Amino acid sequence: MRPFLLALLAKEPAHGYELKQALEQIFGSAYPSPNIGQIYVTLGRLEKDGLVRAVDVEQSNRPNKKVYYLTAAGRDALDAWADEPAEGPRVRDEFFMKLVLAPMTGIADRMTLINRQRRHYIALMRDLNELSERTDPGDRVALLLIEGAMLHLQADLDWLDRCQEDLS
Amino acid sequence: MSADPVVSTVNLVKIYQSGGVPVPAVRGVDLRVESGEFVAIMGPSGSGKSTLVHMLGGLDARTSGEIWLDGRRADTLGESAWALLRRQKIGFVFQFFNLIANMTVADNVELPALLAGASPREARERRERLLGALGLTGRADAAPAQLAGGEQQRVALARALANKPSLLLADEPTGNLDSRNTRDVLKLLADVHRDGQTIILVTHDARVASLADRVVSLLDGQIVDDGVVGTFRRRPKGTAGDVVELRG
Repeated sequence: MRPFLLALLAKEPAHGYELKQALEQIFGSAYPSPNIGQIYVTLGRLEKDGLVRAVDVEQSNRPNKKVYYLTAAGRDALDAWADEPAEGPRVRDEFFMKLVLAPMTGIADRMTLINRQRRHYIALMRDLNELSERTDPGDRVALLLIEGAMLHLQADLDWLDRCQEDLS
Repeated sequence: MSADPVVSTVNLVKIYQSGGVPVPAVRGVDLRVESGEFVAIMGPSGSGKSTLVHMLGGLDARTSGEIWLDGRRADTLGESAWALLRRQKIGFVFQFFNLIANMTVADNVELPALLAGASPREARERRERLLGALGLTGRADAAPAQLAGGEQQRVALARALANKPSLLLADEPTGNLDSRNTRDVLKLLADVHRDGQTIILVTHDARVASLADRVVSLLDGQIVDDGVVGTFRRRPKGTAGDVVELRG
């Protein structure tokens, strides 16, 4: 969550609760609503690392609130995050390890593993279809996330076909 | 009520001859599809899925084995008897819509009903209802070429349903469509299936396959898996945010 908070603070200084609200507003249902405690813990770590600075702001009739500012070091960290390409999908996943290792030990047959995995992916796809129908058409960020998940699943299924062709 | 399956094949085989060399495309398929079922056929290219569906519609002759449609043996029929059977019982949708270019949308949709023996009035009423359901009423007098790809495929679907077929066969119906048009065609397929239409559909698109009741996987002309499509639900009322977790 660190870079997300840095990005929001680059826009404007904010206190913890405002950051939570901003995440919810920007991502809609596409990002699980963050826990406020988690946000404060992350802010505390960012402050310790010198990436943000907290300033107490007095409030009448209420305890002071802490407003967080991005520091120059925080700006550099954010720039570095934005300039890096994100990690690609992990193909050497648990299923792949199972596919390679299980037949060697005789505990499972490859075709059975592939067929079961295919059924699982198709069930996931059905779930995504239903999710996409339930999602507000105005929630573009959420719909793009679902479409991304569908395209990844399709690639996984195409790859299962390749495994089945080559290993049968 | 007849308990006959809509489709049943017994050890169905297709071997093409390529320069005197036999090339097996379908190697012994036993498939049974009950009335109202929606079956998706998947598999890598060259696995025999299109050949299988073409044989079920009589567009390709089988080499050996049996095909039964609605309890009647069909593989022994001659070409003209197949043509008659197709008009009465089978609707076909292809990847490239195959609409008749010099006929209007309305005439394209009415033609199969007329060929199947409906009166002009019945054919017109059915066409009006289908085009209405597909959101194409305003396009009835257009020529197919004036329509976008997604609209043409919806017309093709209306045409395939015009003779109230007991079986709808589809070969990559979304293969040539972008994601928005794919969604429209998917919605239609789900709707007609809900109304009891039996569907056998070849696709490599998992979104399409996930709508089916059953997915049959082919490899090298044989069925390697045949299973009911289940649902995966980590959270029944999940939101898009859960996708992050799904992909863990």
